[in-house]
Amino acid sequence: MKDMTLIDAVNNALFDAMAEDQDIIVLGEDVGANGGVFRATEGLQAEYGRERVIDTPLAESLISGMAIGLAAQGMKPVVEIQFMGFIYAAFDQFLCHAGRMRNRTRGRLTCPMVLRAPYGGGIHAPEHHSESTEAIFAHIPGIRVVIPSSPGRAYGLLLAAIRDPDPVVFLEPKRIYRLQTESVDNNGQALPLDVCFTLREGSDVTLISWGAMLYETLQAADQLAERNISAEVIDLASIKPIDKTTILSSIAKTGRCVIISEAARSGGVASEIAAIIAEEGLMTLLAPVMRVTGYDTIMPLAKMEKYYMPSVEQIITAVNNVMEF
Amino acid sequence: MNHNTEKTENIFRVGYTQYLNEEGRLFESLKNLSVAGVSSELLVEFYRWMLFTRTFDCKAIALQRTGRLGTYASCLGQEAVGAAIGKAMREEDVFIQAYRETAAVLIRGVKPEEILMYWGGDERGMDFQGPREDMPCTIPIASQCCHAVGISYAMKIRKEPRVAVVVCGDGATSKGDFYESVNAAGVWQLPLVFIINNNQWAISLPRDEQSSCETLAQKAIAGGISCEQVDGNDVIACYIKIKAAIDRARQGQGPHLIETISYRLSDHTTADDASRYRDDDNVGEAWQKEPMTRLRNLLLHELIIDKAGVEQLEKQCSDEIDAAVARYLAIPPASPTTMFEYLYETLPDHYLDQLEQVQKKILQEGEK
Repeated sequence: MKDMTLIDAVNNALFDAMAEDQDIIVLGEDVGANGGVFRATEGLQAEYGRERVIDTPLAESLISGMAIGLAAQGMKPVVEIQFMGFIYAAFDQFLCHAGRMRNRTRGRLTCPMVLRAPYGGGIHAPEHHSESTEAIFAHIPGIRVVIPSSPGRAYGLLLAAIRDPDPVVFLEPKRIYRLQTESVDNNGQALPLDVCFTLREGSDVTLISWGAMLYETLQAADQLAERNISAEVIDLASIKPIDKTTILSSIAKTGRCVIISEAARSGGVASEIAAIIAEEGLMTLLAPVMRVTGYDTIMPLAKMEKYYMPSVEQIITAVNNVMEF
Repeated sequence: MNHNTEKTENIFRVGYTQYLNEEGRLFESLKNLSVAGVSSELLVEFYRWMLFTRTFDCKAIALQRTGRLGTYASCLGQEAVGAAIGKAMREEDVFIQAYRETAAVLIRGVKPEEILMYWGGDERGMDFQGPREDMPCTIPIASQCCHAVGISYAMKIRKEPRVAVVVCGDGATSKGDFYESVNAAGVWQLPLVFIINNNQWAISLPRDEQSSCETLAQKAIAGGISCEQVDGNDVIACYIKIKAAIDRARQGQGPHLIETISYRLSDHTTADDASRYRDDDNVGEAWQKEPMTRLRNLLLHELIIDKAGVEQLEKQCSDEIDAAVARYLAIPPASPTTMFEYLYETLPDHYLDQLEQVQKKILQEGEK
């Protein structure tokens, strides 16, 4: 057991994974001597050497494509893309090759790579450093998309992502990298992929969120409890595939659902969850499913940021609406 | 140091090699070629593989025109580059292809029916039984260059005496993936040989509109790696230069880039009509330089093979391709459920309802 922040947990998972498997390679921009701009890879190069912890040239498509080549040779590359805003150059390789390799060679070659990137807003970062575009990745067949929301889940889910035999996009909510410290059992145990985590049981309304927005979602649940509204809080965690079993059984119990996401509203993961509930859970609903999301605007720069990010008040208003329906 | 007045000017030179000219005459004697590792037997082998490839290519187009193959990318006129690569590589090396290196792929042990399966719309074609670690063909241009960096990086850190060879076209050299890969290969001194198969056309865009560089090879210089041009229609020059680059890479001397100058005698693919954008005169000129006639002339002139021998090879290749086509046409289709089977190592339960949908479609089709 060790007290850690979310970024410490990422670092610990990388250390432990590299110790147990010689084929794991960490690569990206400034991940070596500098330990990554957020220090996620701090100390790795000193421990595991320059060949396994690679400072790459500044070329995201190369990094992503190179990982595909490493994986085809049986290595297990863990890529760091410095910010999600720079991931789009790596997207082409990931979409066109990583997700397809197993299928197009009928299992002859596979791509067990992890593409890590910090994502999300709320830290007054420069332009291109605050977006949440997980939905773009969730649309790619043959891959997984995972987002942790606590130090413990960051440790366990990153280990799971690294050990998974298929490509995983692992998005780290950088707003909560250092927000809370938690005692984490760093015993090398992975958490399961492809499932949600029910963080709080409740009977009146189901709140579904992921990443940093769970911080506001749990605050809202606390405030609702003071008014005797019992909210069940689900951490989606697995953005692709979506664990609809957990979601639908929660809705069957509460009959109400609010989905909270800081991503743009249209075509987002929140919309996908709403569609699943509409198709398979409609008859259990007591009120329409509501979404609390960012706007369909360009993510604003620092001065307007707080007007973009969903707030505790917005979540409570949405819950009030579904309770009063 | 006086930074204001001193000026550094790098002068570079890109070599060009041709040993076998358009008439099929050698610039060096065959005896010298044996020193370079090119025996009479190897020359015949080159000719046989090029002939085999061209026979395959013609047959593939015929199959497409008669509705038994999907869109196919011909390699007509570029058989020499492929044959040279195939013979220069060792079995344990890894070949990273674009999609026009048919001769190389065949020499490395991919079966003709496997290539036909892929272009015929069957994913199993890329599960070739020969070189298991070779990469499948790459449709998105230049993206394979980045894979080659990763593959050769793995070889290097595992200290294996293996080499990766990657091929891209002239159009690919305009793309970021090409530059990014050349640059990284230089930084890490990887056991990687880049080959630009410059066939003068990227679909409809001619070479001179692709880049104002005098040579495409010189793009390697910016990445700090050595480079040269070779007559891509001269299988002997291609082989000697590619083999030398592979040998150096295997000895730890780092990456190299070779631009092979050839010509796409065919349309881009069977879905293309090159007469829309290029003159027949241009193609007619290119036919005068194509790789097979000159090699055949050399073999005949040097009495390595006679006309009867050539005809015998033609018959052999034709028979073998016919047999491969028969095998291809007899392969039963894969079950549509395999689109789920190879999506993940283990299909998450989340997709079982979608799998059931396709199973239902199969059943409904059976009932019709």
